[in-house]
Order: sequence, then structure tokens, then C-alpha cells
Amino acid sequence: MDDAKLKSIIEKHDRDPANLLAILMDIQKEERWLPKETLKALAAEMNLPLARVYALATFFAAFSLKPRGKHLCTVCMGTACHVRGAPRLVDHIQREFDVLAGNTTADMKLTLETVNCVGACALGPLVIVDGEYHGNMNAGKMDRVLKPIKQE
Amino acid sequence: MSHEDTPKGAKITFQVDGRACEGFHHESLLGALRRLGFEVPSLCFHEAVSTYGACRLCLVEVQKGRKSRITTSCNFPVTAGLQVRLDTPAVQQNRKIVFQLLLAKAPASPEVRALAAEYGVHSTPYKVSEEAKDNKCILCGLCARVCTEVVGANAIAFSGRGSHKDMVAPYDEAAEACIGCGACVEVCPTHCIGLRETPEIRTIEKWHRDLPLQKCEKCGRPFAPTFQLMTLGKRVGMKLSDFKVCNDCR
Amino acid sequence: MANRIKSVSDLEVYRKKLLAARDPKRKTVAICTSGCTAYGSMKLNTAFREELRRRGLEQKIDIKLTGCHGYCERGPLVVIHPAGIFYQRVKVEDVPQIIERTLLKDELVESLLFKDADGKPCPHEDDVPFYKHQMRVLLANNSRLDPTSLDDYIALGGYQSLAKALSKHTPEALVKLIKDSGLRGRGGGGFPAGVKWESCRKAPSADGVRYIICNADEGDPGAFMDRAVMEGNPHLVLEGMIIGAFAIGHPGDPRGYIYIRNEYPLAVERVGIALQQAREYGLLGKDILGTGFSFDIKVNKGGGAFVCGESTALMASIEGDVGEPRAKHIHTVEQGLYDKPTNLNNVETWANVPLILERGLEWFTGIGTGDVKDNPWGGSKGTKIFALVGKVNNTGLVEVPMGASLRDIIFKIGGGIIGGKKFKAVQTGGPSGGCLPDSLLDMTVDFDKLSEAGSMMGSGGMIVMDESTCMVDVARYFLHFLAEESCGKCVTCREGLVQLCVIVDRICAGQGKAGDLELLEELGNTVADASLCALGQTAPNPLRSTIRYFREEYERHIRDKRCPAKVCKALITFSINDKCTGCTICAKKCPQSCISGEKKKLHTIDQSKCIKCGVCNDVCNFDAVSVE
Repeated sequence: MDDAKLKSIIEKHDRDPANLLAILMDIQKEERWLPKETLKALAAEMNLPLARVYALATFFAAFSLKPRGKHLCTVCMGTACHVRGAPRLVDHIQREFDVLAGNTTADMKLTLETVNCVGACALGPLVIVDGEYHGNMNAGKMDRVLKPIKQE
Repeated sequence: MSHEDTPKGAKITFQVDGRACEGFHHESLLGALRRLGFEVPSLCFHEAVSTYGACRLCLVEVQKGRKSRITTSCNFPVTAGLQVRLDTPAVQQNRKIVFQLLLAKAPASPEVRALAAEYGVHSTPYKVSEEAKDNKCILCGLCARVCTEVVGANAIAFSGRGSHKDMVAPYDEAAEACIGCGACVEVCPTHCIGLRETPEIRTIEKWHRDLPLQKCEKCGRPFAPTFQLMTLGKRVGMKLSDFKVCNDCR
Repeated sequence: MANRIKSVSDLEVYRKKLLAARDPKRKTVAICTSGCTAYGSMKLNTAFREELRRRGLEQKIDIKLTGCHGYCERGPLVVIHPAGIFYQRVKVEDVPQIIERTLLKDELVESLLFKDADGKPCPHEDDVPFYKHQMRVLLANNSRLDPTSLDDYIALGGYQSLAKALSKHTPEALVKLIKDSGLRGRGGGGFPAGVKWESCRKAPSADGVRYIICNADEGDPGAFMDRAVMEGNPHLVLEGMIIGAFAIGHPGDPRGYIYIRNEYPLAVERVGIALQQAREYGLLGKDILGTGFSFDIKVNKGGGAFVCGESTALMASIEGDVGEPRAKHIHTVEQGLYDKPTNLNNVETWANVPLILERGLEWFTGIGTGDVKDNPWGGSKGTKIFALVGKVNNTGLVEVPMGASLRDIIFKIGGGIIGGKKFKAVQTGGPSGGCLPDSLLDMTVDFDKLSEAGSMMGSGGMIVMDESTCMVDVARYFLHFLAEESCGKCVTCREGLVQLCVIVDRICAGQGKAGDLELLEELGNTVADASLCALGQTAPNPLRSTIRYFREEYERHIRDKRCPAKVCKALITFSINDKCTGCTICAKKCPQSCISGEKKKLHTIDQSKCIKCGVCNDVCNFDAVSVE
């Protein structure tokens, strides 16, 4: 992230250390992850300890400290999704794309993540692919949704 | 007068195992107990920094009014009329399990083993994971609190959360903000940080930090990391050139 | 500002003006754009708009994108107002029909109506069993208003309670009203809201600053009540908070925060819009309704941490720190955010406040259990929204009076168990709650009854489980959830949960040992007794309640190395029975390629290669895969 962009994000949040979480969110929105160099620049620009920035970035599950792939597939692991078969869905995608949850395929095509409930419990198991919600999923439907990505 | 109106630090009386004791309003119960000569085990408490409540060893039973409960004493505020009981069966039982958990977390720490043994706990029924085998750190956070609250260097902090929580320098790389003062090494209850020195370099092992040492112009002995002198000097408006000689030669 | 309402009386004038300009007979299509978006409800919106434009009707018929209507199982849901025609499972292809027949000719499209057990079509929400047995108060307007329109809210009587509070009540009288109402916190523990308000009001603050926080970090997996309220009726929450700020912080300097979890982007957006509108109308900010009372609210987004639902962790997060709780020996009403007196309530609690003012004490205390006269702990009053999910036919959001029975909720409203299977348990209270067995189905649901049974109200998740749910696996699920979500500050929670996971993992893997149950119980007790915050203190509840009510199932895992619900992979085997027609689909789909057999002949599974993924069972159309 270039300096001007970073500064504009910091300014948008009034340079207030209390808004660090929101600042990190905005950085991630731009970059899709939190690059080390950007966090170091952020700490220096806001005159904050890097240790504090790193602590926050690693505490919250929303942040990724590794680059994400072109596509993002997030499987909801809420209780309702769990009892309706979400773990098997994750197993299935892991096998199909040869990637473990929390990681990205070697070709950087797909990142597979899990989330602890998105509040669409009546539609479980639920999977979000590139921002689009897909309810009542099973292995077959999953394959259809992910087919275009697989064939890319 | 309700206790909300009592000024902090006002002298009050409270009871420990039925004995009347003097304390100060809203001081740390563990601090008070230690001052009064009671023995309560703890690993994460230090008078110089804020209380944290991580190690869960300083358990006591407290009673205010009719309600009695188990709590850590380090972060429990003393108030007038508080009744404290030290070695109740519930305290002993819970403390035993806390020791067992610590033995599984930091099996390589002689300090943890010795303290547990003092309280009759010699082994753990819990699993020691592969990565814990050589571990001494109990994640009490004293190092980071000293670094932040006393030294003001803010070089280290906890990373991650839950079972992934760890105490590392950012990215587990050399902590650039570390001034090599060694305060963390000093307060660490399990001596797991490590400080090495050659005539030229001081190394803080856990934070991967190597700091060149400043030599005294008079006696020639290395007396402090140059970066430490620069950092602390800046805070009080002094330059590095103001620190040419060690304390002994001054 | 043009829209600014300058006084309490102007609000009523403005409302009358709005009503006069609105034709009560005007047709409106209300489409759920909350959870139903996962069914593609935004495509319905486009289809309706295009079709109306094509017919030149876009000026005559309104489309409202609303919040959740509740009956998620039957989504996407569309309601045609003012007649209140309730259409379910609406597809894009149905749109021309709805316009042609219902909107233009007032006819029903029978194929889109819900049919009850006798096959009788139900044209209105109230005819549908799912809705008939509910008492929808907080959710009542969800299908009637556009959550991005403050005018809609005002037209339905919104902000009248605020006007009343500011003009007819003293702050002290409002605190007393909420205390007398017996309203208890909907976020978990059920602490009486009025008692909290009173303590916060009384707590000294040198500069008069008091913080008013709305906890919208609805982290319990399986719960989405707060999401639905924020996405469907955000002004109801804001109105409650503004009244609360007046009651707790006036005169003085009350300041507000709403802490919304990151996983709810739509709620963040809609609350943001609502705040902006409220400021424009003079309902928020300086000199609210010309009364001299000032209060504003800032939205903070969470970062994906369950523990931030704990009040002190939430406050640490607002301050820009990691969400680690602190011991609450000094309460947050005295020293909370930035060490100032702080009053935190959750979304649903705040949403109740305007209703109590609007309809009065007697109305509110007339709903629910117990007696709260002179004792705010004496009962559970008002309604409660539950997220009814899992293996139940009618999944969705249900709002019932406190004291409804589990059986009524699960069977009358929920329509029983999917596929006619046997009810096994219901999990309430999220990771802090417990699993209740069928022997407790007739239990009435309120704060105290749930606690007595070893569970808790929590925020209102209600996950129904059937005979194919393994209770050891459920306990294992929650323990892993909590081990990951624990902040990791204290040893008992961090290490204790890790070790509980180790033990339960080995039980599920068929390596359970005699004494494991006792070890679980002993460690569970210490995690509960010696942990620092409520997350740790309640973390063993799912484990302890499943051991309490389903001990035999644990013993079967440990002693016989069997999983009666056939869930735990290490304890089950897949085989193909003689129903197999040799269609070969399982062999094709098996990721291990360990199913063999000729076409049209019985297939077999090579057990040495089988990873028990269950794909064969999923794809088989002939029920020919046996799991033992």
C-alpha cells in the first residue's frame, strides 16, 4: 500500500489509536490481507508500538496476515451449520481443492476459510463464495458453485 | 458510609481466616496478604506493574454479605468487612488443577515444578503436547507489562488468542523497539527469556535482539546497550554524548 | 437542515403530514432482504422493478426491501400490503403472476401460499401455524417498514416514545419505569436492566461523562435475533438507546457506542444509515427535539472475536486494544469504558425500551413469568426472540412470551423434527448454554428455569437436535469453538479448554479411557470456578449438561467404542447393503476410489481405504449405504 493511501485511511479515522481496529479493517479491505510492510508503516506513521499493532492483527479472526487467493470461500461453522453437516462440507472442499481450511491453494486461486457463524442459521449449512451467500449446501451443490473457479 | 464513598487507600479492617487485619481500601488483596505475612502462591503478580490475573494460583475464598466465592486475590480489591479464607478445600482443589495445567503447559520450567511440589502436586494427568515439551513460558505477560508500564519501550506483546496465544516479538523477528534493559528477564517467573553478553553485544534471546554495548570512556568496560542510552536519553533531552562514562567512573 | 424536527409537538405534526401524504390503500410489495438474500431475494427485487417498469406501474406500486420476516425456512418471503398476503418460496418466474393477479386483480396465487398440515392454504401470516402461536412485538414491524426509511418508522409511530420520555418524564422516573417493568438483559445473564441503569446513573463521574453502549456483537453461533432487529428495524434500537441515555446520563454528558460484529455487514450499513437520518431529523446529536438534551452514537465494528461479547472485552476493543476481559470486581457501571460509568445492554434489550414506554408498565409486566413487583429478579417479563434452527422443520426467528414451553416452540411453532425423526435435545444459550433432553420439553422457558436446568437463556439461540446428532460431538464442537475463541489470558480457560478438548477428542476417536468422564467433570468444575470472565466460567456448560443428561452416550463411546448417533468417524463403518442397484454413482463420487462393483451389481467398500467422508451415503438414491 502506498504512503498516500495509508495516510488517507489514517486521516479518515482521525489518527486516533482507539480506531486502530477500524484502520486495520480498511487496510484489509484494500489489500485483502495485512502485509507486514504496511503494518510497520502504519505503526511508524501513527507513532504506535509495532507490538500493539501486531497484537491486534493477530487477535481478531477477521484479519489475515497471509495473502489471500483470487477467490475466497468461507464456510460457516456455527452450531446450526455444524449439526447440518458443515464439517463434512469443509472436508469436501479441502479434498477437492487440496487446501486446508485457513490456507490458500498453491496456485493462489482459492482461499478456504471458516467463520464462527454469520447469523444465517436457518439456511445452514451456509457458504459464502466471493461475498455471495449460498444456503442449504451439500457436497453436490458445492461442486456446482465452485465449478467456475475450479475450471478457471 | 457505603464503600463507594471510601477514598482509595483509606485504612480499613478486614478478616483473614477469622483474624482481623488492617488493609487499605481497594488495594490488591494479594498484596495485602503478602504484606501481612500470609503465604499465597502466584507467578504473574508483581508490585511494580498492574495486576493481570493470568496464572490463577493466588486463589482464595472471599465472602461479602452472604455470598462466598472463589477468586484470584491479586485482582480482588480489599474493602472493609471483607472476609477471606485461604486454604479451604475448594481453594486447594482448584489450585491443584491449576498446577496440573501449568505442568502440562510449561513442563520444562523448574520453577513451576518446584512451586507445584511445595503444594503437593508432582505430576499432571493432562497431555503435554509435542510443542510444549521444552516450553518454560506460562504466558503470564509480566515481561510485556514491565516493558510497557515501567520501561516504556513497548517492544513486546501477546500475539494471537486462545490456544494460539503466544508471547513473542512482532512477527517473532528481532524486536526493534527493545532497548535491551533486561527488565523482562529480571521479572520473568520462569526465567525463560534469556540474556547473553559478549564484550560487544548484549542479546535478549527470546526477542531475537542483539544490541551493541557502549564502552565507558574511562574504564573501558561495556556498561549499557547504546540503543538504550539513546532512547532513554531522548526522553529526558540528553544526547548519546552525555553518556560517555559508566556510573562507577562518574 | 431541511428535515430537522424542532420540537416534540413538531414530531406529531410531521407524522400526521406523512400519514396524510400516504395512501393507505396503496399496494406495496415487501421483500425480505435479510437472510433471504442467500435465497436470491435481491434478484426478486430486480425482477419486480423490471416488470413494474415494463407495465408502467412503477409509480403506482411500491417495493419495500425489508428486514427478516422470520420464517427463513420458507424464503424468499414476499408480503403484499395492505392486504398482508403472505407468499413463500417465491421465485423470479412468479413475479409476473403476482403482479398480474394479486397486485392488479386482488386475487391469490395459491401455489405461493403456505399450506397447513391439512393442506389448507394460508393467505396471511396470522393463518400460518409458524406465526399463529407467536407474539410478535419486537419483530412486528419487520415486514412493514423499509429499514432505510426513517419516515416509515415515524409513520408507524416511531420516536413517539422518545418524545414522551423527553417531555413527560424525568430521568429518574424513566429509570424507575424500566426497573419496575422487570426488563432483564437479553444478552445472556438476564441482569435487570433498570438496576443497571440506576447504578450507572448514581455512579460518580467527575466530568459528567457516561457511556451508553449497545452490545451488537451477537457471537453465539446459531443466533441471529439481534441481526434481524438491526437489519429490519434499526431505529427501534436507536430510540431505546436515546431514551436510555436521557434516563442514565441527563443532565451530564452521555455518549453512545454500538459495537457490531464484523460478520454482519448489512447490519453495519443499515445502522449507519439510520444514525445519519436520525441526526438529520434532530433525533440524535445536539439539542434533540429542541429539548436541550444532546447525545450521539458511534458505530464500532468488531473483528471476529466471540469474547468481545463480554462487556469488559468489548470496552477494551472500543478503546483500540485487544479484546481481553478484566475482572469485574469493580463493576462497569462504575468504571467501564475509559474508566467512566458505563451502561451496556444488548440490541434486544434496548429495542424493548420504546415499547415499554409506548404501551405501559402493565402491558409489559402482563407478559411472562413470575412477579417483578418490588423485585426485578422475581420473574422474566416481556417477549423473547429465539433463533429456532437445526433439525427442526420451520427454521427461523420466533418471538414468544417468556414462559412459553420448549414443546410449544419446537413443535407448535417449529413444526417438529425434520423427516419425522425423534427429538433428542435442544441447545440453548450458545457456547455458554447447555443441551436439554426430551424429559425437559415441557419446561417453560425463562431466565431462571433455563439456569436451573444447567443451560441458560444466552442471547436466544435454540438449536434443535435429532437422533442423528451425537451429543459427545456437540460438546466437542463447543469446546473447540471456545478454545479458539478464548482470549487466552487466564490459565484455567486457555489451558483448561485445550485439555478438555484433548480428552473429548480421544473419546470421539475411540481412545477414551475409564476415568475420562470423571477427569472431564473435575477439570470442568475448575474452569467454571477459577476462570477470570464469564466466557471461561460458563465454557464447561455444554460439556457438563451433555454429561448430565446423556451420560450413557459418553459411556458407549468410552466403553463400547460406539457412536450411537453414527457421527464420530473413528467409531463407525460404511458398507453397502442389498438395496444397491449398481448405479455406480457412489463409486464415481468416492474421493478415495475405494468402492468397486460392476454396473447393476452390488458394490462394496474397501474398508482399508475408506476415510468415512460419507459422500457415498450423500449421493446414494436408494438408501443402500449402511452406517454402523
